[in-house]
Amino acid sequence: MAKLLEVNNLKTYFFTEEGVVRAVNGVTWDLSEGETLALVGESGCGKSVTAMSILRLIPNPPGRIVDGQILFEGKDLLKVDDAEMRSIRGNRIAMVFQEPMTSLNPVLTIGQQIRESIELHLGLDGEASTARAVELLELVGISEAAGRVNDYPHQFSGGMRQRVMIAMALSCNPKLLIADEPTTALDVTIQAQVLEIMARLATEFGTAVLIITHNLGVVARYADRVNVMYAGEIVETGTATDIFKRPRHPYTIGLMASVPRLDATERIRLTTIEGQPPLLIQEIPGCSFRPRCDWAVDKCDTDHPGLEEKEPGHFARCWRNPLVDAKTQVVTAASAAN
Amino acid sequence: MATMQTQSKNIYTSTVKHGETLLDVQGLKMYFPVTAGTFIQKKVADVRAVDDLQFKVTKGETLGLVGESGCGKSTTGRAVLQLYRPTAGSVNFGGTELTTLKGDELRRFRRRMQMIFQDPFSSLNPRMSVEQIIGEPLAIHGLYKGPERAERIQYILQAVGLNPAFARRFPHEFSGGQRQRIGIGRALAAEPEFIVCDEPVSALDVSIQAQVINLLGDLQEQFGLTYLFIAHDLAVVRHISDRVAVMYLGKMMELAESNELYQNPLHPYTKALLSAVPITDPELERQRERIILTGDVPSPLRPPPGCVFNTRCPIAVDECRERIPEWREVEPNHFVACHRV
Repeated sequence: MAKLLEVNNLKTYFFTEEGVVRAVNGVTWDLSEGETLALVGESGCGKSVTAMSILRLIPNPPGRIVDGQILFEGKDLLKVDDAEMRSIRGNRIAMVFQEPMTSLNPVLTIGQQIRESIELHLGLDGEASTARAVELLELVGISEAAGRVNDYPHQFSGGMRQRVMIAMALSCNPKLLIADEPTTALDVTIQAQVLEIMARLATEFGTAVLIITHNLGVVARYADRVNVMYAGEIVETGTATDIFKRPRHPYTIGLMASVPRLDATERIRLTTIEGQPPLLIQEIPGCSFRPRCDWAVDKCDTDHPGLEEKEPGHFARCWRNPLVDAKTQVVTAASAAN
Repeated sequence: MATMQTQSKNIYTSTVKHGETLLDVQGLKMYFPVTAGTFIQKKVADVRAVDDLQFKVTKGETLGLVGESGCGKSTTGRAVLQLYRPTAGSVNFGGTELTTLKGDELRRFRRRMQMIFQDPFSSLNPRMSVEQIIGEPLAIHGLYKGPERAERIQYILQAVGLNPAFARRFPHEFSGGQRQRIGIGRALAAEPEFIVCDEPVSALDVSIQAQVINLLGDLQEQFGLTYLFIAHDLAVVRHISDRVAVMYLGKMMELAESNELYQNPLHPYTKALLSAVPITDPELERQRERIILTGDVPSPLRPPPGCVFNTRCPIAVDECRERIPEWREVEPNHFVACHRV
């Protein structure tokens, strides 16, 4: 598959009064056409900043992309001018935000808001753009769409608003859809509706999806590949099966064990990751997970681990190389690097 | 002597023993009036937030309460604690009917029933130090006077896993997980028997969530607590609860022991709800069949006639649109409200 998006050594920093916050600190990853990639991690790990950097929506000041490349269809998005960026945003790359309540304009009808990008990017007008808006609403499963284009956001429920957001995002047949916590604010039955629609449309139109979420169940169901982020870095990357079945970074291992499973019949004590993520304001010389890691050795204090290929296509950033036994779930460190 | 006082002082003796019914709720209804009119407010309708619930909670157990937003699970918790005075029904707590209690009598019972809130940011007063927050219930109920109070606060801080040296700090100096521990400490301070946990971990990141879940389990064991655990995360509820009740639009749909409910759900809504939650295992998850419910939850202002779930139910028949299904025990300790089961 051809590479649609390549992010190389992206660094997005925020220059605050307290100091420099290294929100995204040198991440490198790529996304192929039609693929679904998940970015997972706890709040503040840099997931959303990564997405906002791709769309160049980082508020400046205080934020700035200080280094790196974002190649989209071979073109570096960090080098194009504002006018060209506007022609890409909402057109070739679309975004679905977390809050369906606040990301729609309350004083414009649903139809007006969907038509905005159609008219801007596709050059349709009048009846043609209204017809396209109705078609999109039908696509995302809004019944009586022809009548509802003239309704205002407050007349829609949360799940319907999120589907409207998806309709808007898909209006120009984007190559890349970025969904930042698209279902976090929704109930589970509505979450299932919305995600099924997103997955079906991605398959039908060959859209690549970057999904940002902290819900590991959603990742297990929809993602082809997973990037686990911690303290502004990717600490592990691989296929969904790699990450869930054979995690190789202590943080990923801890994350998997700390989530109760819906299909667990016995109540076992949850494993916790003690402590808090580090403040990104200080430069961390060694491994950023060091203070919370059970496996750390002296080397982890001083040397920053690189992303190392543990098996084909499966990378982790760890000196100790832990392994989880598939049957017993016991973790052993494969290398006593010191 | 000092250590004795900080542990258990037996302020009262509960007559309810472990394993006996502590809370008995019958026919609980909580309606909120909707009014209209500029000068003269007239009641035009009722929001039926909770409509005819019955359940019991045994001393020492955790009853989980699940359902989607607006189903009335939080209202149930508050009506049980008499934070809302129920429209109808009875709430019997350890042999005393709470719905008819007033003033001082009710306040005395409030000490035995506490609540842990969802949002660790807005549920703590930013102008009060941790010491004041945890000390407030003690002051209200006149417990642990003088130097004993400071000792009690230190003891509580330790019990919830906070450094006692932080007693003089303010909520903004703590992370979300730590704040939730302060909220738990406040609930524990006056030695309650029964705690309503209203979405206590929903606002927390997964690794912090696990810490708080484990803490709630440890405290339950240590102090013999009884929980009503309200949450929308079905995996968390299964993990922590002995029995689980499923609510939809103000009604209880199903109630059974955790494993029984999750392995053998009988109500079509429970089945759909469970199938909608993805499992954290990519191979298993992609083979699972899921029931996607169409449409949204109807307004509790105008609940549909008959079974409230009939508008979204995949197996509804005419009877479901006409007659409200009764709450029946179809298997021992497995209750369900559905004509089709």
